[in-house]
Amino acid sequence: MTATTISPDTIEAAPARRTIRPIPTTRLVKIELRKMFNTRAGLWMLISIGVLSVVATGAVLIFAPDTEITYGSFAAAFGFPMSVILPMIAILGVTSEWSQRSGLTTFTLVPSRGRVIGAKALATLVVGVASMAVAFAVGAVGNLLGSSILGLDTVWDISLATAAQILLGNLVGMAIGFTLGAVLRNSAAAIVGYFVVSLVLPGILALLAQARDWFADLQPWIDWNYTQVTLFDGGTDTAREWAMLGTTTAIWIVAPLVIGLLSLRRSEVK
Amino acid sequence: MIIVDSLTRRYAGFTAVDNVSFTARPGRVTGFLGPNGAGKSTTMRVMVGLTAPTSGSATIDGVRFADLPNPGLEVGVLLDASAQHAGRTGREILTVASDTMGLPRTRVDEMLELVSLTPTEAKRRVRNYSLGMRQRLGIATALLGDPSVLILDEPANGLDPAGIRWMRDLLTGFAGQGGTVLLSSHLLHEIEVIADDLVVIGNGKIVASGSKEELLAAAGTLARSTSPRDLAHALEQAGIASTLAGDGSVRTDADPARVGAVALAAGIALTELRSAEGAGLEDMFLSLTADTQREGVAA
Repeated sequence: MTATTISPDTIEAAPARRTIRPIPTTRLVKIELRKMFNTRAGLWMLISIGVLSVVATGAVLIFAPDTEITYGSFAAAFGFPMSVILPMIAILGVTSEWSQRSGLTTFTLVPSRGRVIGAKALATLVVGVASMAVAFAVGAVGNLLGSSILGLDTVWDISLATAAQILLGNLVGMAIGFTLGAVLRNSAAAIVGYFVVSLVLPGILALLAQARDWFADLQPWIDWNYTQVTLFDGGTDTAREWAMLGTTTAIWIVAPLVIGLLSLRRSEVK
Repeated sequence: MIIVDSLTRRYAGFTAVDNVSFTARPGRVTGFLGPNGAGKSTTMRVMVGLTAPTSGSATIDGVRFADLPNPGLEVGVLLDASAQHAGRTGREILTVASDTMGLPRTRVDEMLELVSLTPTEAKRRVRNYSLGMRQRLGIATALLGDPSVLILDEPANGLDPAGIRWMRDLLTGFAGQGGTVLLSSHLLHEIEVIADDLVVIGNGKIVASGSKEELLAAAGTLARSTSPRDLAHALEQAGIASTLAGDGSVRTDADPARVGAVALAAGIALTELRSAEGAGLEDMFLSLTADTQREGVAA
């Protein structure tokens, strides 16, 4: 064995403080996922996804006529509650940092607000995909159960491509919620805002399209509900339809989100 | 070490923080004082990157807070104990913070024990916490990452007397181990007991800063005697200006040794002689911030 002598130089060269590594993004995403469901409101959102999938499936089993025991019916039944709850989860994931003021701690522990919001976006995506996977699975069980109880042929009338479009449609809804959250940074305002753009706005635009011919041609290019409903029907097929989805996404999601994020990064957290 | 250099923060129409510079040194507790709305909290928010400065800078060990790779491990921050998600349990809030910093979960239990929150209390949602319990939780969050710098805004608010004593010992111990502590408080007595250095801010400007001894020495001497009028007269004869307060005490800017000598020469028995430290911080605070007080207290 050789005795090693540490020269004073080496001691001085050694860092006086522990080396600190930057916080990895995967950790931030995990934290944001946890924060979405570790409050009472968040927990109930999560529970309601499971419960409503089962209730919607059960309702089809009980009330639907035999001819309607198809996977499409089940998908339609769980589709509606999903399209409401998922955007709410997306909204609260962002706005609670401001409305509940937890942002004071969050942005002190992670000063890069862009990274926090990015992690929230990824967490929202994970929740959207996972929730829809659960809903599709519960619907599939219902479909198998229903057809075997009633002695019918099991009808799988939703193609994989259609399922993907339904998922995408829900992700669009979540993205709208996320955008409203990032722009308004207030839970109540963002939730009201969501119902305005998803329930009130389509009616106004439809009315406008009826009254003015020129707008009827324009509507599919600027009405995000229009393109979202097409997705829910699995009807976004042509390049033109995808382009319409592209423009509505640019108008309602990309542009406001960019503006929202720019102001969010500079704004004061109080 | 916290260095604030020519920090200014302007809002439309008014300047909340106006060219503020000071240093909070390691191994010392720096008290940050000022009337309501003087700019204390704004300065602290700029320090931790929650508010962008209009000009100037604040650095912690030479680095901007926002550039720290994992700030929780270096700087413990408590700005507002009530700024927590009301629907989370105390334990969950600590767990989230601990996970963010990448610490082992055992640290959460250690901190709960340190701030005396019982396991039952830790399971309750913060909505049901008293202000004192929120402060304890906030202090636990600040200490979680074993930082070397603490920035605390009004940490004693809402704490019971035992809690205040505990906090005082904690911060003194923290500074004793070489940590830097910056704390703001309205509780002048608290600050007087705990702080080594003082920074006084009024209307966004620094009105005084330095060690507590330096600042309070300027507050002069308080003397009492069985015949205060004679004492005041004797001082006047010796060329020392003094004021005779309503409570029978005599206050003067001269140091206690001189006042004692004058009394001895005049044959006046003193019943009390000390530097006017007892009421010193409050007097100093009120006179320094007189222009900025809402109540317009005469200096």
